[in-house]
Amino acid sequence: MSLAADTPVLPALAGARRLAARLGPLLALALLAVLGMLASPAFLSAENLMNVLTRSSIIGIIAIGATFVITARGLDLSVGAMAAFTAGLSILAMNGLAGILPALPAAILGLAAALAVGAGAGAVNGTLVVKGRVEAFIVTLGTMGIMRSLVTWLADGGSISLDFALRGVGRPLYYGTVLGIPVPVLVFALVAIAAEIAMSRFRFGRHVTAIGSNADVARYSAIPVDRIRMATYVLQGVCVGLATLIYVPRLGAVTPSTGMLWELEAIAAVIIGGTALSGGHGRVWGTVAGVLILGLVSNILNLTDFVSPHLNGAFQGAIIVIAVFLQRKRG
Amino acid sequence: MTITRRSLLAAAAGTGLAAATGPVRAQDADDKARIGIAIPAATHGWTGGLNYHTERTIAAMEAAFPQLEFLLTTAGDVQSQVNNIEDLSARGIDALVILPMESDPLTEPVKFAKSKGTFITAVDRGLSEEGVEDLYVGGNNPQYAVVAAEYFKGKLPQGGKIAVMRGIPTAIDNIRIEAFQKTLEGSGIEILDMQYANWNPDKGFEVMQDYLTRFPQIDGVWAGDDDAALGAKAAIEQAGRQGEMKLLGGSGMNRVIKMVMDGDPLIDADIFYPPTLIVPAIQVTAMRYATQAPVKGRYVLDSPLITAENAAEYYFPDSPY
Repeated sequence: MSLAADTPVLPALAGARRLAARLGPLLALALLAVLGMLASPAFLSAENLMNVLTRSSIIGIIAIGATFVITARGLDLSVGAMAAFTAGLSILAMNGLAGILPALPAAILGLAAALAVGAGAGAVNGTLVVKGRVEAFIVTLGTMGIMRSLVTWLADGGSISLDFALRGVGRPLYYGTVLGIPVPVLVFALVAIAAEIAMSRFRFGRHVTAIGSNADVARYSAIPVDRIRMATYVLQGVCVGLATLIYVPRLGAVTPSTGMLWELEAIAAVIIGGTALSGGHGRVWGTVAGVLILGLVSNILNLTDFVSPHLNGAFQGAIIVIAVFLQRKRG
Repeated sequence: MTITRRSLLAAAAGTGLAAATGPVRAQDADDKARIGIAIPAATHGWTGGLNYHTERTIAAMEAAFPQLEFLLTTAGDVQSQVNNIEDLSARGIDALVILPMESDPLTEPVKFAKSKGTFITAVDRGLSEEGVEDLYVGGNNPQYAVVAAEYFKGKLPQGGKIAVMRGIPTAIDNIRIEAFQKTLEGSGIEILDMQYANWNPDKGFEVMQDYLTRFPQIDGVWAGDDDAALGAKAAIEQAGRQGEMKLLGGSGMNRVIKMVMDGDPLIDADIFYPPTLIVPAIQVTAMRYATQAPVKGRYVLDSPLITAENAAEYYFPDSPY
């Protein structure tokens, strides 16, 4: 590989490498699919693929929000704790409202509360980063600790459980299907399509990219830098709220360990997808591929006993590095 | 949620403010017996219950015996637990009740505390050297797994196929899994696979979904813990296969015990391995100072099988776990 940098390469080979760089996440995804087929005959069953897609949609929706934050050269480490906190408050709201309202409006208000809490938490992060001029890493590390402690406190160290009367109402949000497609997958797909259009076709996406590549130049170009950066954090919060709507009906409970390390999974998915960690280049469809890569890896590991479960982490780590290696820039 | 003394204490412990209240207390505490407590922070359901029962017991003991003072610390990892023990030691304690997060790294710090004359009570896990602890109160981890294995032998007298979920990779998990496999030897019961579900409901859900995809025949599932079992239950019900298998968790979470009481078709039993074992540990230690009771020795609590018949005895509806 290092030879290729020094010696002239055939134009066809260079073209292939550029293509590989652009389609890297998809190549890695295809590679994994082949590996999955070899590992287990159950891998390709519709049921298995739907399972993986459905449970990937929670991290997926969060990672789409993270794509905008990172493209604008920001960072949000608080998303996992935010998801737990939002889910906890939403369950408490639903349980409280169920005493005075019928189940359906109580559930709807509780879910609306999740979106509001997510947006609010995102706005706090955004304000501290943009107006307070504190490093995003530190702000969101701080809010991560605060929200994680708050959810532990609210749960008294145990779990916050949804009243059984309310479970039937919310259940379709995770387990329901529309035309055979699970609801979470549908939501994930809609969010991804909307985000892809916003990133590549709308002014908002171009502004986010411009700020990420050079904030000063963006400011001289009359881009409302602060407002846009703020918006990326609020958008991240709304995405977390949306993911919560799917998460809560799944098991109907939140524990202090809910959402642990989701931030790393989301950031990893974004980077695997080809978004630059240093900002200025964002790819929403890449993030979707990245999330699916992470979901498939753990699925394949569960479907086979070829790898000792003690080595699962090593396998996952290797896949992440390979996926990014496939699309590295030359030079 | 009301801000009770207990929840305030929990918040203080959670944010590390507990340490700040120490020096104030110390001034008027010269004639009091001081008992330091070092337990893991509430990182999963079981430790959440542990914190709840610790605070409940401290409140009851302080009310009953004003001559006792308790200093509670919680730690999220081994190193902070070592720091907590050093801090407690520096503040001067007569007794230390410790639930070690890991036995090996905590043996030296506890030995050091003992060298200053502190009475040592080890809970749940012993220390790596003989004779460090004066009092040991623990559950019975091999028995926990033997009870689980006997349960499946009873359900599957002709043999069958079961899927197993391991916990967080720790010594406890290894002890349980070893005893489980050993008890099943020769029973005709085949273990399909054992993946780590980290005693966590979300992980339990995902691992179970993949087991269901992979194995057309599963006669039983041992999730190892009630949190993981609740996740597995949701996955089994989603696949509509609750008719063909039995699911067993373990440790006695109140939601699961309620299911057993109510005759849940999938989960009809649980194994007692309760976070309440901290209750006798604190109480017996306190009695040494409150009533001069000679208490040294080993107290091992049983891990019986909980079924619909005896479930009410193990049910704590107000506990968070």
